[in-house]
Amino acid sequence: MGNKYILEIRDLHVHFRVYEGISRVIDGISLYIAKGERVGLAGETGCGKTVTMKTVMGMLKIPPAIIPCGEVYLNGRDILKMSPKELLQIKGTEISVIFQDPMNALNPVFTVGEQFYDVIRFAQQRFSNGGNLFRERIRNKMIAALKEVILPDPERIANSYPLELSGGMRQRVLIAMALVNNPKLLIADEPGTALDVTIQAQILNLMTKLVEVKGISILIITHNLGVIKETTERVYIMYGGKVMETAPTNVLFRNPKHPYSQGLLSSVPRLTGGEIAEGIPGTVPDYITAPSGCRFHPRCNYAMPICAQKEPPLTMLESDHYVACYLYAKQGGQNE
Amino acid sequence: MNNPLLTVENLVKYFPIRVGFFQRRIGKVRAVDGVSFDIKNCEIFGLIGESGSGKSTVGKTLVRIYKPTGGAVWFKGRDVTKSTKENLRFFKKEVQMVFQDPKSSLNPRRSIKSTLEDPLIVHRIAQNGRDRERIIGNLLQMVELSPNYMYKYPSALSGGQRQRVAIARALAVKPSFIVLDEPTSALDVSVQAKIIHLLQGLQREFHLSYLFISHDLSLVRTIARRTAVMYLGRIYEIAPTEKLFTSPLHPYTRTLISAVPVISKEEQEAKPMKQSRGGEIPSPVNPPNGCAFHPRCSLADKICSQQLPEIVEVIRGHFVRCHHVSFNMPSVKQ
Repeated sequence: MGNKYILEIRDLHVHFRVYEGISRVIDGISLYIAKGERVGLAGETGCGKTVTMKTVMGMLKIPPAIIPCGEVYLNGRDILKMSPKELLQIKGTEISVIFQDPMNALNPVFTVGEQFYDVIRFAQQRFSNGGNLFRERIRNKMIAALKEVILPDPERIANSYPLELSGGMRQRVLIAMALVNNPKLLIADEPGTALDVTIQAQILNLMTKLVEVKGISILIITHNLGVIKETTERVYIMYGGKVMETAPTNVLFRNPKHPYSQGLLSSVPRLTGGEIAEGIPGTVPDYITAPSGCRFHPRCNYAMPICAQKEPPLTMLESDHYVACYLYAKQGGQNE
Repeated sequence: MNNPLLTVENLVKYFPIRVGFFQRRIGKVRAVDGVSFDIKNCEIFGLIGESGSGKSTVGKTLVRIYKPTGGAVWFKGRDVTKSTKENLRFFKKEVQMVFQDPKSSLNPRRSIKSTLEDPLIVHRIAQNGRDRERIIGNLLQMVELSPNYMYKYPSALSGGQRQRVAIARALAVKPSFIVLDEPTSALDVSVQAKIIHLLQGLQREFHLSYLFISHDLSLVRTIARRTAVMYLGRIYEIAPTEKLFTSPLHPYTRTLISAVPVISKEEQEAKPMKQSRGGEIPSPVNPPNGCAFHPRCSLADKICSQQLPEIVEVIRGHFVRCHHVSFNMPSVKQ
């Protein structure tokens, strides 16, 4: 079990204690990533994408967050049961993250080189106590890492402050930092959203290439369906803290089954033109008084009485294609 | 089509760079460097480009948030860059703007009613309170919100609802032309779809013209009739939107379109080949000589770095600024 998947989330719940009550932001999601796989996690604002990422990275503040149940296995070890010290050891070396905004992810008062030095030294702390040879080795490693992300003149970049670099260059530096310690899993939270399309295309291209060469698994979290389509092999569609549908990317984009996935895909404007659909009626529910049953049912055109009463289970349609919707649950029941 | 509603002639906007105690000028940012286009009656005109290309500055200069450094803007036969009092009053009633982020474009301490009341008072549209309330109710209905929303504050509304209020504010003075500066880029796709439908409906109902500024090419493709592509303060290509996307002539336009992440096979196949060697947009403080795209362009040769190409009409309605335009012309290749 532990060997096949690099990351496995089982029935994770994350709640937040707030003034008005308990906000059930993640309400039972399961997700897995195989070794070397590129997986996408798509959903709109407030669907719980970032909370999922923070849980996996052990970055949630507990409290206010509560994790009533669920398991997050990274390489066979449960992250949620780790001590802070153990967590520190896996961050950067086994699991790495690239944040959304390259402008804010780097510290403006240190040079790129200084920040990079810390990242590498931290991972190798146990093996050395400093010294010139050690510094030299780290420096070489850093320059190699910067070369890998196709940054011209890595020496100069290492000596410059983040504010002297453009957005695209900062994003490249962040990718280099995330990959320098050879993690097993890379999480990219909205990669390139803050950048222009031409730069975004360069960055995504670079990222997928590096990940493939190094055999790293990657989880791409974004609301941009085009990015998901172009970079991932399998995708999860999230809504209201739950996984609504998961399938191989090509299958899902060709043949979305869940009414939410369908609404989402038809809202995307196409490069080939044509009218876009009317969007999805209603707004995202709040998490304190979340709708009963299927969380999407108040906005769903196909809602049935049962949708408001009971939560639909994930039903398998074909291999690797699962949908949480009663439209398909019934079919499945008859077939079995 | 009849006479253009709005004609922009060689619009220029420079921002000075000042340093030190005496605010000495040490240079200028050439945000907009000679932009010309026209917008016809009831037309949605798209303006695309990367960040830093000056597209928002064009929008803001058009509605006179910025004073242009040079050039002329003709609106309904008047040159509105000459800021006589009468001109400005006329212009500000006819031209409105909707901003990118509805969170910061609405005052959080004022109710929706108080926000929407201002234009009615300033332009003397309704003098007494009851009239104003009725008009505001109608405005909110126009943008598909319930009239009860007028007593709420922006913090009680979602992003999509706030943007609807911002649109209602623009409509309050019954303008004929609205500048939409990335009106949906802060919203989710399903909300964006609804706002776009609303904008299209309003355009048809009130015969409005839009300048639709966006970096989302697919969105411009669905909404605009004609589109201009900006790069470093200049327009490099203008064409009917359909033409621009099916047979782009400028290497930059091609590069831009080919970089858009898409979700279907048809779109992937419709993309042109990119004609760029990578790289990023240069600084508008110190733009490259000649054609501003030449450091990134794969067609560039000596002349490109020396001389700025003129913008020429190569096919009817299709204007391009490129020395090597014949390279991308399908008829020449055959």
